[in-house]
Amino acid sequence: MNGLLKWVDARFPLVSTWKSHISEYYAPKNFNFYYFFGSLAMVVLVNQLLTGLWLTMFYTPTAAEAFNSIEYIMRDVNYGWLLRYMHSTGASAFFIVIYLHMFRGILYGSYQKPRELVWLLGVVLFILLMAEAFFGYLLPWGQMSYWGAQVITSLFGAIPFVGDTLTTWLRGDYTVANATLQRFFALHVIGVPLLLLVLVFLHIVALHKVGSNNPEGIEIKKTLDEQGHPLDGIPFHPYYTVKDFLGVMVFLFCFFAVVFFFPEMGGYFLESANFIPADPLTTPEHIAPVWYMTPFYAMLRAIPDKLFGVIVMGGAIAILLFIPWLDRSPVRSIRYKGNYSKYALVLFVISFCILGYLGTVSTTPIRQFLARICTAIYFAFFLLMPIYSRWEKTRIVPERISG
Amino acid sequence: MSNETRPTVNSDLPDDSVDERRRQFLLTTTGVLGGVGALCALTPFVSSWMPSAKAQAAGAPVQVDLSKIEPGQQVTVEWRGRPVWIIRRTAEMLKHLNDTTAQLRDPDSLVEQQPSYAQNKFRSIKPEYLVLIGICTHLGCSPKYKPFEKELGPDWPGGFYCPCHGSMFDLAGRVFKSVPAPINLEVPPYRYISEHEIIIGEDDK
Amino acid sequence: MSRVLIYLILILVASCLHANVAEPELLEIKIDTRDQSKLQRGAALFMNYCSGCHSLRYMRYNRMAEDLGLTTFDGSVDSDLLINNLIFTKAKIHDPIQISMPEVDARQWFGKLPPDLSLSARERGAEWLYTYLRSFYIDKSRPFGTNNLLIPDVAMPNILAPLEGDVVAIPIGGDLKRLSNSNLVTIAIGEMNEQQFDSAVQDLVTFLVYVAEPGKPAHHRLGLIVLIFLGLLIIFAYRLKKVYWRNIH
Repeated sequence: MNGLLKWVDARFPLVSTWKSHISEYYAPKNFNFYYFFGSLAMVVLVNQLLTGLWLTMFYTPTAAEAFNSIEYIMRDVNYGWLLRYMHSTGASAFFIVIYLHMFRGILYGSYQKPRELVWLLGVVLFILLMAEAFFGYLLPWGQMSYWGAQVITSLFGAIPFVGDTLTTWLRGDYTVANATLQRFFALHVIGVPLLLLVLVFLHIVALHKVGSNNPEGIEIKKTLDEQGHPLDGIPFHPYYTVKDFLGVMVFLFCFFAVVFFFPEMGGYFLESANFIPADPLTTPEHIAPVWYMTPFYAMLRAIPDKLFGVIVMGGAIAILLFIPWLDRSPVRSIRYKGNYSKYALVLFVISFCILGYLGTVSTTPIRQFLARICTAIYFAFFLLMPIYSRWEKTRIVPERISG
Repeated sequence: MSNETRPTVNSDLPDDSVDERRRQFLLTTTGVLGGVGALCALTPFVSSWMPSAKAQAAGAPVQVDLSKIEPGQQVTVEWRGRPVWIIRRTAEMLKHLNDTTAQLRDPDSLVEQQPSYAQNKFRSIKPEYLVLIGICTHLGCSPKYKPFEKELGPDWPGGFYCPCHGSMFDLAGRVFKSVPAPINLEVPPYRYISEHEIIIGEDDK
Repeated sequence: MSRVLIYLILILVASCLHANVAEPELLEIKIDTRDQSKLQRGAALFMNYCSGCHSLRYMRYNRMAEDLGLTTFDGSVDSDLLINNLIFTKAKIHDPIQISMPEVDARQWFGKLPPDLSLSARERGAEWLYTYLRSFYIDKSRPFGTNNLLIPDVAMPNILAPLEGDVVAIPIGGDLKRLSNSNLVTIAIGEMNEQQFDSAVQDLVTFLVYVAEPGKPAHHRLGLIVLIFLGLLIIFAYRLKKVYWRNIH
């Protein structure tokens, strides 16, 4: 075995990569619960790729057979039901993990210099993930799949001059049809996953170049020992390999509890309307996207004008790109920021959650009003940040991470 | 401020050797458990490749009623996507079946092209009815039924002739020497469920 | 800060309570798909009363027979029992449960093809199906003479009427629009009395819940094993982590 390793290492940077990125890569010693979600995101990605690949072996991507092929998978294929539930639960798990992962970034200022590029790559990954989920959701060809795609593709019609042509071009037909299903299948199975893999690689490379942030926001590379290693750092292997292993086990426990016992999750992970085959002639009573897109959907509905609604919804995601430059605070982590930032963050989270809930239910005047207020709070969190992050009184950040 | 921000392996301290042993034990146990888990996790992926209920339904056994078949007649049914012949052999055919064993490549059916209950000189459960898979063992064409003596020349005893490359089989599906096909025609699993009904695809126990 | 929070929460609560559509109340039902006798009775009811119009295209006869316990001593499907009692078409035991009614005729008689019911329990829920089957009442103005509380002016006739008997709807204060199940009264019993009929409908709904997800009990059994195993792994992973991190502060 040793001989084999030496042979490979003479021809491939195996040992040096292992050392620089794992066994001698120093990470802050004070990672908390929020720091599990990066590795968990990779676990979920692998799950989606593997179960997705297997499902592709049994799924038929045509309008006539798609719905049938999924029931075939659920009933006729050995363990097909398990593959399907792992994939559908995995999609929701991916968003839970990613939202918490992003929240950690906001909480501890991980987007601040020199980590802006890590953050930017991450936001692009988030957008790609939503696209991937959107394409994937059409594939079961259920009522919600069809009508959800119909609604979202019709949003492009709001763009002046080119809108209608663009919508038809996207669909490949005058309405969402077989042509749409087939191209969404290709994008979902091959196109976007390849992009995701490339960007995840770049995201980690960028991260390793600058090193991880930590809950205190202290730059551990400022204090090194005689060997040049950060005094407040520990090698990723074995400390974080063993800790992340534990994290993965706990995650898998929760994940499989859902897969085996609550795969539908009350209609939030697998929507009831999607157990009816797509019917272009009958619109379901409530058309709602899956829970992870509802905050943005609620914002779209809150704005009475179609084009402006689309701009606001897109803007809500795009504005994430600017955080590294909107945050003018001299400190990174919320632990040392002032009260304005803390209140702003709490309000932001609450309004995001309320928007998420509102996106799942039908609109009423009271709900519209609430949606508008929450959308305003959401944007205020970002747009007012240059002001409140600079004016507030921050605490002094220590030099070293205390034990 | 703590001085011990990095673990030191100081072999003077008895603590560390206990530590090391515990580490090793836990590593091994966790590793074994994890390995077992990973192997078990392969199950859905591997098992899903086995024929699905749909494939099994399509490949389900086929029932055939023999009472309508005339002596000397060949009937063809489909089982698992392949043609299956049922031939009702006449007494004449059965009498002369083993006259030409010298010209056969495998007269005693030593090569496993039939279930054990068909490994006899008639290659069937009951001599009167022959059940064969109608695919030439050379390259997969479907041979023609040529039961009449001298039909294909003075020495033709009756049997099957494959038009693709000229392979020939006798009235028990046994392959002749000097033809391209290497082995006898395959006998599928089958059994009698009554006097005049067989079910193709299930073994005779 | 806390005032703003309280306002937000109050408005949220107000919006939750403000239901915009008055949805009919659903009757409660407890489902146990492990009860094979219930499933068998439900299957018999379905095949006899429903399978003329409603297919179960994703369920195969032999799978149903295995799950319902219609097997011989060696565990294989009892084909004769199955064919004699539950298969009323030319289907073979491996085939899915289809209907014989031609689609063209169905559209002419009912206005649409009666929907396939394989996934009806996942689409609507057991409570809805149960309430629906208990919500038919006599309405002379309809072509088939009956109407339904959950789907007003439904195209489906009350096929279980011979069993149920005659049920009429007594409107409160003359208002037919605000009816609920408490307004339905049985004025003449059919082949079954009220209790028997209710039990029969429960069997039928249990069967439909089974058809929507036939593997569910097996999923739960496997899930328990997986979770116990993972629990064990967690214990070891935790101890392993602790032993490595002892010296990190």
